Amino acid sequence: MARAFSIRRQRGFTAIAVACFFALYLPIGVLVFYSFNAGESLASFDGISLRWFAKAFQNQQVIDASIRSLQIASVAAVVATIAATMAALATTRTEPYRGLTLKYAFINQPLMIPEIVTAVALLIFFARIKIWTGYSGLGYLIAAHTAFCIPFAYLPIRARLENMDLTLEKAAADLYATPWNAFRYVTLPLLWPGILAGFMLAFVISLDDVVITEFVKSAGQDTLPTYMLGQIRRSITPEMNAISTLFLLLSIGVVTVFFIVNRKRV
Amino acid sequence: MKRITTIMAATAALFATTGLARAEGELNIYNWGNYTSPEMIKKFEDQYKVKVTITDYDSNDTALAKVRQGGSGFDMVVPSQNYIPIWISEGLFLETDPGKMENFSHVAKEWQNPEFDPGRKYTVPWAMGIVGTVVNTDVYKGDINTWGIIFNTPDELKGKVNVVPEMTDVIDAAVLYNGGKKCTGDLAILKKVRDTLVAAKPNWVAMEYGTIQKMGSGDFAASSDWNGSAFRQRLANPAIKFGYPKEGYVNWSDNLAVLKDAKNVENAKLFQNFMMDPANAGMNSGFHRYANGIAGSGEFMPADMKGAPEIDIPAEFASVGVPSQTCPPEVQELYTKIWTELQK
Amino acid sequence: MTDAAGTIEAEQSKDIRKRWLLSLPALLIILLAATGPLLIVLLYSFLAPGPYGDVQWAPSLEGWIGVFLEKDIFDETLSLASAHISIFMRSVGLSLVTTILTLLVGFPTAYFIATRPEKTRELWLFLITIPFWTNLLIRTFAILEVIRNEGLINGLLIKTGLIAKPIQMLFTDGAILTGMVYVYLPLMVLPLYASMEKLDFRLVEAGYDLYATPFRVLRKIIIPLVKPGIIAGSILVFIPALGAYVTPSILGGGKNMMLGNLIELQFGQGRNWPLGSALSITLMLIVMVALLVYVRNAGSQGSRHG
Repeated sequence: MARAFSIRRQRGFTAIAVACFFALYLPIGVLVFYSFNAGESLASFDGISLRWFAKAFQNQQVIDASIRSLQIASVAAVVATIAATMAALATTRTEPYRGLTLKYAFINQPLMIPEIVTAVALLIFFARIKIWTGYSGLGYLIAAHTAFCIPFAYLPIRARLENMDLTLEKAAADLYATPWNAFRYVTLPLLWPGILAGFMLAFVISLDDVVITEFVKSAGQDTLPTYMLGQIRRSITPEMNAISTLFLLLSIGVVTVFFIVNRKRV
Repeated sequence: MKRITTIMAATAALFATTGLARAEGELNIYNWGNYTSPEMIKKFEDQYKVKVTITDYDSNDTALAKVRQGGSGFDMVVPSQNYIPIWISEGLFLETDPGKMENFSHVAKEWQNPEFDPGRKYTVPWAMGIVGTVVNTDVYKGDINTWGIIFNTPDELKGKVNVVPEMTDVIDAAVLYNGGKKCTGDLAILKKVRDTLVAAKPNWVAMEYGTIQKMGSGDFAASSDWNGSAFRQRLANPAIKFGYPKEGYVNWSDNLAVLKDAKNVENAKLFQNFMMDPANAGMNSGFHRYANGIAGSGEFMPADMKGAPEIDIPAEFASVGVPSQTCPPEVQELYTKIWTELQK
Repeated sequence: MTDAAGTIEAEQSKDIRKRWLLSLPALLIILLAATGPLLIVLLYSFLAPGPYGDVQWAPSLEGWIGVFLEKDIFDETLSLASAHISIFMRSVGLSLVTTILTLLVGFPTAYFIATRPEKTRELWLFLITIPFWTNLLIRTFAILEVIRNEGLINGLLIKTGLIAKPIQMLFTDGAILTGMVYVYLPLMVLPLYASMEKLDFRLVEAGYDLYATPFRVLRKIIIPLVKPGIIAGSILVFIPALGAYVTPSILGGGKNMMLGNLIELQFGQGRNWPLGSALSITLMLIVMVALLVYVRNAGSQGSRHG
C-alpha cells in the first residue's frame, strides 16, 4: 500500500534531519565512550574503568568550576530570557516608531563586537567598580553573561512573534481581559516555543563562554571553560571527558524533569 | 507553564545565593592552569590552616592586564621571567624580600641572583624549562638537536611538523637559527627570519598546542615544544626525544611573587618560603614535570624524573642556552608584524 | 473628527511609551555591560599604545592608520594593509559558507522537528541542544577524534577494506567547515523552529490544491512564511562565526589567522591595544551596516504583517 500523501512531507528533509541528529551525536558518543577509558590518552582504548570519574570527583577545582558554570548560566539565561521577551514584545508587530531600528541595533549590539574586545573593555570597566565598591562576587560575571545572552534569546523570540498575528489578543481584549491576563493566557502560550528556544540558546551560550569570563572573573571564579583554557598549553586531562559525560547526564536529567513537569501541566 | 517558570526562578535564586564560607586564613593564587600540585597545596593548607584558592590564567598578557586593572582579589601570581621586569617597573609586586627568607639557602646558586629580579627582592622560583624540539625518532633518524627540524624540515618530516604558536618563542628560535641575538632589532637578521619562517611554513602541518596528544597518536612526527611536555611524551612513547638546538635555545622560568594589593600578605610570604623548601618544590615538580631551581629537590621528585634527559640539561648543550628576557617594545612590534605576515 | 484623531494619536503615544518601558530592562543591561565597554574601546582606539600593553593617555591616530595601511618593516614603504585584508576576507568567507551550510542542514532539521506530533516537539528540540552542554573545546576535540587519521571514520573505512590508507581529513578546510557547522547548528535550528512551529499548513494545503509541486510549495509558501526565522538564524550564525577561532585552529591546524586571532594578538603579545580597538570597531561598523541592510531588505515583509 502506498504511503498516505502528507502535505507536511518534503522530500529528503527527514533523511537530512536524521543524518543531522546522527552527526550531532557521533562525536558525543565517542566522547562518552572515552570517558570510560582506562588509559591515559584518547589515542587508544585500554579497557573500561571509572578512574577519570573518580579523579574528577576528587578534584575540588573542577567540581567548583562546574557548579559555578551552571549557576552563572542558569541565572544569566533566566534574566536574559525575561528581558529579551519583554524587548521582543516591545519591538515587533508595530508600525515603525522613532528609535525602533536603533533599539533593534542596540539589543543586538553584544553580538557585534568580538568577544575579546568586550572582554578587555569589561575588565577595565568592572575593575573600577570592583575597587570602588569592594564587591567582587559573581554579580559581574552574571551581568556580563546576561548582556551577551540577550540577543541570543531575543532573536528566536522575535522571530516567533513576527509570525503571530494580533487577532487573538485583540479578541481577548474585546472580552475585557486585563492586559496581563491577555498576555498570560493568550500571548505567552503562543510565544512559548520561542521563549523555550531562546532560553536554551542563552543557556548553552553562557555555559560555553570563555573569553569574557576569563577577563571578568575575580579570584576563585574559574568556570569550566576558563579552567580548561588554563590547561590548553599543558594538555587537557581525560577527566574533562568524564566531566562532559556528567554534564550530558545532567542535561538529560533536566530534560526528563522538564517533561515530567510538563506532563502534569497538560 | 507557570510551574516551569517558578522552577526556573527557584533554581536561579538557589544558585544565586551561594554564601561564601570564609576560612580563618585565606590565600588567593593566580597561576597557569594545571601547574600547581594539589597535594602540595593540601600540605600547605594543613600546615598553616590557610584556605588556598587557585584561579587559572592562560597567558602572561592576560594575567598582566587583569592585575594591572586591579580589584580581582589575587594575592600571588606566577609570571614568566621575561614579564617580571614589566611587573616590577609598573609597581605591581610587593617587595617581600625572599632573598632574606629562611628557606632561601635552598635556592640553586644560578637562580639566586637572576637578571630579571636582582637579589631576589620579589620572586621565588616555581618552574623552569626550555623551548626546543621534539622528534619521533622512529620517523626521523638524523640529528634532532637543531632548529633545522622546524625551519629546514628534512624530507621524512615534511607535512608532519607542528609549531607551538607562541609568537615570541617561534621568532626567537628563528632568530637564533639565523645567527642573531634574542630580542634583536637588527633588520637584516629579521628579514632573514621572516624569509626563513615563510619558506618553512608549507612543511608544517599545524600550529597548535596539543603536542602531548598528537605526538603520541602520530598526527605529528616533530614539533617545537617545551621540555616538560617532551618528557611526558617520552614516557608514553620512548621513541620521542627532546632536541636541544645547537644554534641556541631559550631558557625560561616562571616565578612566584606577591602582589602589591594582596589582602593576605602574611600567608603569601609563608607560601613563598614554603615553596623554597626542597620537599615542597620536589612535590610540585612531580606534578608539573619541570625543574624548579631548588637545590636538593630532586630526591623528592618521582623516580622517573631522575636523570631524565629533558629535565637535567646534558652538559654538552648547557652552554648554548640563552635566558628569556623582556624585548623592548619596538622589537616586540617588529615581531608582531612578522608573525602577522606569517599567519595572514 | 479631530477628537477621534487626537484619541488615536494619544493611544499611539501611550503604546510607544509602553513599548519603551517593556524594552527598558534589556536596554539597561546592555547599556551597562556592552555599550559602556564599547565606549571605552572607542576611546582606546584614539590613544597611543602603552609600551607593555594597555594605552598611554596621549591622543593618536596610529591605531586607525594601522587598520588600513601598513609600513613595510624592511623598506619603510607604505601600502594597503594586505595582511589585514586577507585575514578579514578569510573570516568573512568562512562565516558566509558556515551560515549557508547551517541553513541547508538546519532548515530540514527544524522542519522535521516542527512537523512532529506536538507532544514530542520539545523533546526533539532538547535533543538538538543536549550536545551543547559539553564545552566547546571538548566538543571540538570529540570531532577531532572522529576525523583523525587513526580516528573513528578512517578506522572503520580501513577495517571494512574500503580504503588502504587513512584519508587526511584533519587540518583541512573540510574539517574546519564540518566543525563550524556542528558548533553553530543550534543557533540556526532554534530560531528556525521558533518561527516554523506555528506554520499554517492550511496555506500549504492550498498550494497543493493548486497542483504545486512540494518544491514549489517549499519555495513559494513555506520559506516566505518562516523568513523571520531564517533572518534570525543567519544573524546568530554569521556574526559569532566572524570572531570564531577556537574551532578553526583546532580542526584546521591554526596555520592561518582568523579575525578573532588577529584582534586577540593585539591585546596580547602584540601589545597594541589601540590597533586592536580600531580593528574591532571597524569590524563592528561593517557588521552593523550589513545587518541593517539585511534586515531592512529581507525582513520588510516579516515585520509588516500582523
